[in-house]
Amino acid sequence: MINLIKEKFSEGNSPLHKLDPRIKIIVALFFSVIVAVTDKYTSLSGALLFAVGAVAVARLKTKEIISRLLVVNSFIFLLWLMLPFTFPGKNIYTLGSLNISQEGIKYALLITIKSNSIVLTGIALLSTSSIFNLVHALRHLHFPDKLTQLFFFTYRYIQTIHSEYVRLNNAVKIRGFKAQTNLHTYRTYAYLVGMMLVRSYDRSKRVYNAMLCRGFKGKFWTLNHFVFKKSDLVTGTIMISGIIGLVLLP
Amino acid sequence: MKERENEAVIKIADLSFAYPSRDYVFKKFNFNFFKGERIGLVGANGSGKTTLFHLIMGLLHPAEGKIEIFVKERKAENDFVEVRERIGLVFQDPDDQLFSPTVAEDIAFGPLNLRKNHQETKKILKETLEILGLSGFGDRITYNLSYGEKRLVSLATVWAMQPEILLLDEPTIWLNEETIEKIVQILNSHPHLSYIIISHDKKFLKETTDNIYLMDNGKIRKI
Repeated sequence: MINLIKEKFSEGNSPLHKLDPRIKIIVALFFSVIVAVTDKYTSLSGALLFAVGAVAVARLKTKEIISRLLVVNSFIFLLWLMLPFTFPGKNIYTLGSLNISQEGIKYALLITIKSNSIVLTGIALLSTSSIFNLVHALRHLHFPDKLTQLFFFTYRYIQTIHSEYVRLNNAVKIRGFKAQTNLHTYRTYAYLVGMMLVRSYDRSKRVYNAMLCRGFKGKFWTLNHFVFKKSDLVTGTIMISGIIGLVLLP
Repeated sequence: MKERENEAVIKIADLSFAYPSRDYVFKKFNFNFFKGERIGLVGANGSGKTTLFHLIMGLLHPAEGKIEIFVKERKAENDFVEVRERIGLVFQDPDDQLFSPTVAEDIAFGPLNLRKNHQETKKILKETLEILGLSGFGDRITYNLSYGEKRLVSLATVWAMQPEILLLDEPTIWLNEETIEKIVQILNSHPHLSYIIISHDKKFLKETTDNIYLMDNGKIRKI
């Protein structure tokens, strides 16, 4: 979450950082849809390779990529705990009273490959642009204004809520609070969360007012306009063809 | 629309305002502000200084009374669009004001909203940074700035809109003397500016304003 707030990945100088964000959004969207609906292992292995390749081209810190993947895979881990035992299919191993089905394992594997490919591609393509540029690109792609603003403000609020949390957490810490298993701890955390909500709501109103005072009328204009280069089109076409190629694999 | 020299640019008449479930902040409040004035606003906490700014900017709406700005009555949200383009309010907390990733983008936000073109915006950006002594700050990330720098940048974001009147809400609070001195110099080197400054800092007000008004019990008077 903190990585997301700081937009760490958006600062860089790789070919993917320089690629027009409009192209990146289209490719990422196309890739996600294709990967989500494909069930062929050859295509999906190719997709995973594509994703890893994209991350490599973006030259992002491996350590931080892994920490993001860990979050995603902690959810997938839960699927691995459930699916092999519950999915009906050919029994390949019996663990006590539980049967492990081949189909269950296959299914869990599919989900793992798909999720990781989509997340990696998302990191490589989308987080290499700043939020402002992405919002601007969405506008250029004629996404509804309300949706793009929703997207931008969600980002804003995560950031403000996080900073309010840090401030409140420090306030309880400096007065000697230690989290324990007792009512006092639960009550403190409940107050903290409640206060966080109230404060972030107030702040979001103030931020919006400050924007109004500077002539905001519902549209975002960016300082740095994108210049659509020929190389953007070429890179975009290559990537899209590559993804189509994946589907056509036997 | 012509504005006569001797006509108040901000004219507030018989205004009443109360926050929900609290007593009146203003009751039959009257206030006139003329072009070229540089005034300070003092008063106890809760005397309505910030509320007055928010009423002028149309962020709050009065229960009763009349607000006339630039010789036109301002009532509905749309009336205040022009006000916001010509009067600049600098908020007390710079974290409310700064929301863009970089200083340059945040300063450009206002001029771009005024539909300045790209070249004009870049020029305004450069000039603003120079005037406020922030040259070289353009690419800095706003949340990595020190508190004093944030205050200067939030002044810059409003300055860049070239407002006719500035409303500054506690511009010196929690700032060190050097930064305060910098703000004094910036304000005094632009004698054509009109502004209202809310502050508890008497020395600062003496150096930057011609008259000081006290707000007390929903009334305002010169001291």
